Amino acid sequence: MKPIEQYEQDLSSIRTIMERSVKFISLSGLSGILAGIYALIGSAAAYALIQYPLSITSYRQESVQPPSVIIKLIGIALVVLAASLLTGFWLSYRKANVHGTRVWNETSKRLVINLSIPLLTGGIFILILLSNGHYGVVAPACLIFYGLALINASANLYEEVRYLGYSEIVLGLICAALQGYGLLFWAIGFGVLHIFYGALMYHKYDR
Amino acid sequence: MKNPFENLDRILEHRARLQIMSVLVTNEAYDFNSLKEILQTTDGNLATHMKALEKEKYVSVNKSFVDRKPNTRYKATEKGKTSFKKHLDALETILKQRK
Repeated sequence: MKPIEQYEQDLSSIRTIMERSVKFISLSGLSGILAGIYALIGSAAAYALIQYPLSITSYRQESVQPPSVIIKLIGIALVVLAASLLTGFWLSYRKANVHGTRVWNETSKRLVINLSIPLLTGGIFILILLSNGHYGVVAPACLIFYGLALINASANLYEEVRYLGYSEIVLGLICAALQGYGLLFWAIGFGVLHIFYGALMYHKYDR
Repeated sequence: MKNPFENLDRILEHRARLQIMSVLVTNEAYDFNSLKEILQTTDGNLATHMKALEKEKYVSVNKSFVDRKPNTRYKATEKGKTSFKKHLDALETILKQRK
């Protein structure tokens, strides 16, 4: 038998340990902000490619693009994705070093699995839609599946990520109802929302 | 009234073991190195506690090789989960009675 204070300390010590054993705390809010900026740059490039000189909010009539334009769009999307992932990895690695932990541990493994299932499903689904010429549903499908992936992985991340996930899904559904504004919603969902929630997380956890 | 101290689990009175079990009941499985990182302890210390928990059948062990490096994963057994819960309940009763 130990003194009662010891039992109190037992209880408070496991509270933090349980939380840390589930959450991947090395993800930096800065990654979100930078990913949002890349997405906005990518959207601007895509806008210049397919919509200019029409204004951003105007409805685009012409939805079928020549294959060369589609390939360029896919190229822009891949560059934005790669830049965001690399930034995320690099900043997490740096934050993990500061905390004295490793990036690749039980929580990050689970995080990757939980993110991948909805993302891969969505990715394959979107490729099938694209190959059938349904370009209009690509933007809402990206937002909705990304939102589902975030909610699925939110147990392993800070709670803000779950709200980001809800926001992406709502935005994706609105986008699905207003087809032709895909690029605008894509820029809001992947650009503005990332910057907003990234800044929120940075302010709360990283400073 | 029965003495609530009798309900405390002798094995889990060690703080490190209680902490290990808390990780294993919140997560389906956990590997040795990640456990070591979270508890901020040494190889030897953790190994000793894991052996003790294993001996009581509170945890089950799965040893394998990942990239030729040994990878040891632990899971809480049903017995381990029940004992953990009982121990926490006893702690709660003790702390309540004191107030």
